[in-house]
Amino acid sequence: MSDSALHNPPLDRPHRPRPWHNLPFWGLLPTWVLMGFALLVPVVIVAAVSVATRGTHGGFTWDFNLASYRQILFNEGWTGEMEFTPQYLMIIARTFVLAGATTLICLIFAVPVAYFIARQTAGTKAVLIYLVTLPFWVSMILRVYAWMIILGRGGPLPRFLESFGLPPGTSFMFNDFATLTAMVYTYMPLMVLPVFASIEKLDVTLIEAAHDLYANRWTTVRKVILPLTAPGIVSGAILVFVPSLGAVLEPTLMGGGKQMMMGSLIQLQFGGGRNWPFGAAIAMTLMCFVVIFLIFTAHRAARKGDVA
Amino acid sequence: MTRRHDVKHYPGLGPLVALFFVYLYAPLAIVVIYSFNANRIVGVWTGFSLEWYASALNNRALMNALKTSLTVAGVATVVATTIALLAALAIIRGRNVRFRKLSETVVNLPLLLPEIVLAVASLIFFSLIGLQNGMMKLIIAHSAFCTPFAFLPIRARLQGMSLDFEEASADLYASRWTTFRRVTLPLIFPGVFSGAMLAFLISMDDFITSNLLSTGGTTTLPVYIFSLIRSGTSPELNAIGTLLIVASLILATVALAVAARGARNND
Repeated sequence: MSDSALHNPPLDRPHRPRPWHNLPFWGLLPTWVLMGFALLVPVVIVAAVSVATRGTHGGFTWDFNLASYRQILFNEGWTGEMEFTPQYLMIIARTFVLAGATTLICLIFAVPVAYFIARQTAGTKAVLIYLVTLPFWVSMILRVYAWMIILGRGGPLPRFLESFGLPPGTSFMFNDFATLTAMVYTYMPLMVLPVFASIEKLDVTLIEAAHDLYANRWTTVRKVILPLTAPGIVSGAILVFVPSLGAVLEPTLMGGGKQMMMGSLIQLQFGGGRNWPFGAAIAMTLMCFVVIFLIFTAHRAARKGDVA
Repeated sequence: MTRRHDVKHYPGLGPLVALFFVYLYAPLAIVVIYSFNANRIVGVWTGFSLEWYASALNNRALMNALKTSLTVAGVATVVATTIALLAALAIIRGRNVRFRKLSETVVNLPLLLPEIVLAVASLIFFSLIGLQNGMMKLIIAHSAFCTPFAFLPIRARLQGMSLDFEEASADLYASRWTTFRRVTLPLIFPGVFSGAMLAFLISMDDFITSNLLSTGGTTTLPVYIFSLIRSGTSPELNAIGTLLIVASLILATVALAVAARGARNND
């Protein structure tokens, strides 16, 4: 039986007006129009532009051409020969490494913090969760900017370390670690909240049972707490990993011009670089990675659900 | 049982959590503290001053950017919340909805795909159809990516709500519209309100899409801040940042408080 029948038990008394019988159509029409106009059709067009030909003065012409995808791997030499160039592959690799590292670091901090919060009384719990959520609503650009001050020349962190003998005028900016620092900071709440939600549902007696059976704390964490909170960890990992793959602000501001990620590379093609087909090709590549990742995790979750 | 032997007690967890909250708030605190610095150089503290707040409030470009952001966020919030409300009603309350799952995925699509891809898509599409109006471009794109943020709280609220009140209203011969206006809407209002607040914050906060779509006359606040950061840190930037941090903390608190009260009443 479909779930609509469960939500709305059939009403057979004839005098009662049937509530909103044409609601599904008119209710969803605006959504489809807006998303179609602002999102679905445009994404199809991006796919088309990624196989178009670059125009001579920026822009593009509608001639089928795979040059943009080829450009990710090869550089065309003066005589037209194809030469393998790893520069864009490096950017793709950096994107994955930084997004993966961000997810892992967020996870390492989120699990103990979420575990601690879940064990508090209801009032304290609400306050602590509120405090975790709050910084997330501060503009992302300001949260990244705060780290530019902290890590930059003359900022609090270099100053502090200079008193321990670091040469004066040191800056920790414009490298992958700076980008990673800002990414971990901006996405942290997205990991804590789902992990907290699943730890909260965890049956405490299971942990006590583990200890009664002489498991030590580490074994309990590994064999009981982590497996039982896996759904929260997976959704937290998705919520952090997907936006991390598309990060633009962090690499642009913290990484400087050289340490690009896919997001900042795409942005460059539509700004100063002005190579729309190439930018579209990178955007499609990024989108494919994200879609494959989402399908993969959804598939795994479904298979786990069957077994349970 | 003492704490030491409490199996649920993991040593060192308390200090770690304390450190975690310091880590969450220290960066924001640093922006606030430096905004009161009298010195022109951000890192060198010479004394307390409100001068940068005065110069921020007299900054015409900043005020224009704020006006653009508020206009875009205001319109996008109304559009996104209306569309999200209709979609949530249709998906939760509608019967025999065709493409229910697909429609729900489409509403949430902006959350699933990287924003830079959507931004690029809008940019190319608007340039192909010849849409020149910068404000219009921003409003359409913002409405789209704000919709899921408005949709999720409304949907959660509707799903947790019993049908009894609406049926009682229908039994008393209230028309559909009266039932919606006098029964359904008041009951789901906390969800609608927090959804609208979230949509507003997300729109005000957006950089990636706005940066690609904005033209000379339509610079939003985050895009303006980005240009200030690019031209070097300045104490005025810290003052602007502090004002924005305070404003978003207040807005988020109100939104979360209304959502929490709604959740309690629901139990």
